[in-house]
Amino acid sequence: MTEQPVSATSVPQMPVLETRGICKSFGALRASQNISLDLRPGEIHAIIGPNGAGKSTLIGQICGTLKPDTGSVHLLGKDVTHDATRLRARAGLGRTFQISSLAMEDTVLQNAVLGALGASGKPWRFWKDALHDRSLTQTAEEALLRVGLEDLARHRTAELSHGQRRQLEVAVALTLRPKALVMDEPMAGMGPEGSRLLTGFLDRLRHEAPILLVEHDMDAVFSLADRISVLVYGEVIATGSVEEIRANAAVREAYLGDEA
Amino acid sequence: MTRETYVNAFTLALFVAIPLWAVVADEPFTITLMTRAAIFAIAAVGLNIALGLGGLVSLGHAVFFGLGGYSMGILAYHAQTYMSLAEWPLLIEGTKSMPVIWLTAIVVSSLAALVIGILSLRTAGVYFIMITLAFGQMFFFFAISWSEYGGEDGLSIYVRNGFPGLNTLDPIQFYGLCLGLLCLVLAFAWRLANSPFGLALNAARQAPLRVETVGLDPARLRLVAFVLSGAIAGLAGALFADLNRFVSPVMFSWQTSGEIMIFVILGGVGRLFGPVVGALVFVALEHWLGGLSEFWHIYLGLLLLLIVLFARGGLIGLVAGREAVHD
Repeated sequence: MTEQPVSATSVPQMPVLETRGICKSFGALRASQNISLDLRPGEIHAIIGPNGAGKSTLIGQICGTLKPDTGSVHLLGKDVTHDATRLRARAGLGRTFQISSLAMEDTVLQNAVLGALGASGKPWRFWKDALHDRSLTQTAEEALLRVGLEDLARHRTAELSHGQRRQLEVAVALTLRPKALVMDEPMAGMGPEGSRLLTGFLDRLRHEAPILLVEHDMDAVFSLADRISVLVYGEVIATGSVEEIRANAAVREAYLGDEA
Repeated sequence: MTRETYVNAFTLALFVAIPLWAVVADEPFTITLMTRAAIFAIAAVGLNIALGLGGLVSLGHAVFFGLGGYSMGILAYHAQTYMSLAEWPLLIEGTKSMPVIWLTAIVVSSLAALVIGILSLRTAGVYFIMITLAFGQMFFFFAISWSEYGGEDGLSIYVRNGFPGLNTLDPIQFYGLCLGLLCLVLAFAWRLANSPFGLALNAARQAPLRVETVGLDPARLRLVAFVLSGAIAGLAGALFADLNRFVSPVMFSWQTSGEIMIFVILGGVGRLFGPVVGALVFVALEHWLGGLSEFWHIYLGLLLLLIVLFARGGLIGLVAGREAVHD
C-alpha cells in the first residue's frame, strides 16, 4: 500500500477551538441546535444573530459555565467538554464578558495582576506582597500598556468609564497569554472613537490569538471578520466570508434587513 | 500615611497605654478587661479573614472558639487530675504548657474548619449562614451532653497554664502574651490581605466568575480562607479559656458566634483594625453599660443599627473615611 504524499498547504490547519454538534435545551426551548463551528489560527470568526438567538448559551458552553446536552467542545485538539471553566482557562482560553466582570473595589493594576496570578498558577502564597512581585506586575503592566490603560493603573476599577472597563477586560484576558479568545460584545456601549481604536487593536491581535467574536456592531464585524456565522433560533443558518454572508438571502431575511 | 493608619496606631497605643496605667494605678480588673478585649480581637481578626476578605458570612465561628477552649480545658483537666487522655495506641497525657495547648487548639479547629468548610461552602448566602449556624448548635449540644468534661456545668481549671519564662498568674504578664499574639495575628492578616492569595480571594468575593476565567478555583480559595480563619478563632478560644480558667458549652453557643461577628461589623468589615476596634468598644460598652443596666444589649443594638445604617465601614470607616487604594 502506498500513501499519497500530502503537500503541506493542502492540509487544513487544525482548528484552535471547535464545537462539534452541540445541543442545549432549557425545557422546551432549544437554545443550541447541533452547532458545529471552529476557530482557526490567525482568524477572527464573528458570531452574529438577533437577540435571543442563543449566542450567550453558545459562549457559556464554549467557556465551560454551561454543559451541552450532546456534542463536544475541543480546545487545541483536546476534548474539554467536561472540563471546568478554570481548566479551559489554564489550557489557553481567554474570555471577555458582555457585562464587565471585574473586581470593582480593586485597582486596575490589581485586576490585571489577578490575570497574571491565574496564569502563573501559584495563588497559594500568603506572605509576599502581590504588587511587589515583579513576575506578576510585569505581565500585568505590559497588558495594561497594550490596551492603553497604563496611566490609570492605580485607579479603582469602579472609577473607570464603561469603555475603559472593556479595555481592562481585554487586558486581563491578555495576561493569560491565551491561545484562543472568546469576546462577548467587546464594543457594546463604547463611543465611536473607542470602537475604532478597539477594532484596530483586535485586527492586530488575531495573529497572536484567534478571536471568536460575538458582536452587534456590524461595522466592526464586517471590517474585522474573516468568517461570519449567523445564529438564529439556536441554529447556525450560514457560515462564510463577509461577502457570502452579505449576499446570503436567508441571512438577509432573518437578520440583516436593511443594514447589509 | 493615611488617616486609617493613624487610627490603627492610636488603637494599638490604647492597648499598650491602658494596661500600663492600670498597673501603676493598681487596677487589676482593667487589665482583665483589656485581656478580654485582646482575645476577642484575635477571634474577630480570624473571622474577618473569612468575612471581610472572603465574603463568607459565617455564623458558626463559635465552633472554632469553643474547640480552642475545650482543647485547653481537656488538656489542662487531665494534667490537673494526673489522668492520661489516652493510653492506647499512644500514651497521651494532659499538659499545662500554653504553647502545646495553642498548637493543639489550632490543629483541632483547623481540622474542624476543613470539614465544616467542605460541607458548607457548597452553599452560599443565607444557606451558608444557616449551615454554619447548625454546625455551631451541633457542637453546643454535644458539649452539653459530654458529662465526662462537665457537661452543662463546664470545666474549671484551678491554675492558669504556664508559658516558659513568664508568670502567667500575673495579670499584666498574661495580658502581654495575649497582646503579643494579637500583634502576630494582625501581622499575618495584613500580609495575607496583600498577598497573591489575598488578592485572589478578594477578587473571588467580588467577581467569582472572573477568578474562574483566569484559571483559579474560587471554592478552593474560600476553603483555605475558612480554615485559616477557624484556626485563629481556635487560638483565641484557648486563650479565652485560660483567662477565665473555665470552659463551658456557652463558648459554642450561637450568641458567641454573633458576638464575634458584632466585633467585626462594629469596627469595620474588611478593615485590618476593624475587629480590634470592635472588640475594644464592645468590652468597654459591656463594662460601662452593663454597670448601668442589665439590659445593656438594647444600647448595643441601637449602636449597631446606627453603624450598619450610616457608617458602612464600621467605626473605622466613620473616623477614617473610605479605604485608601493600596499600592
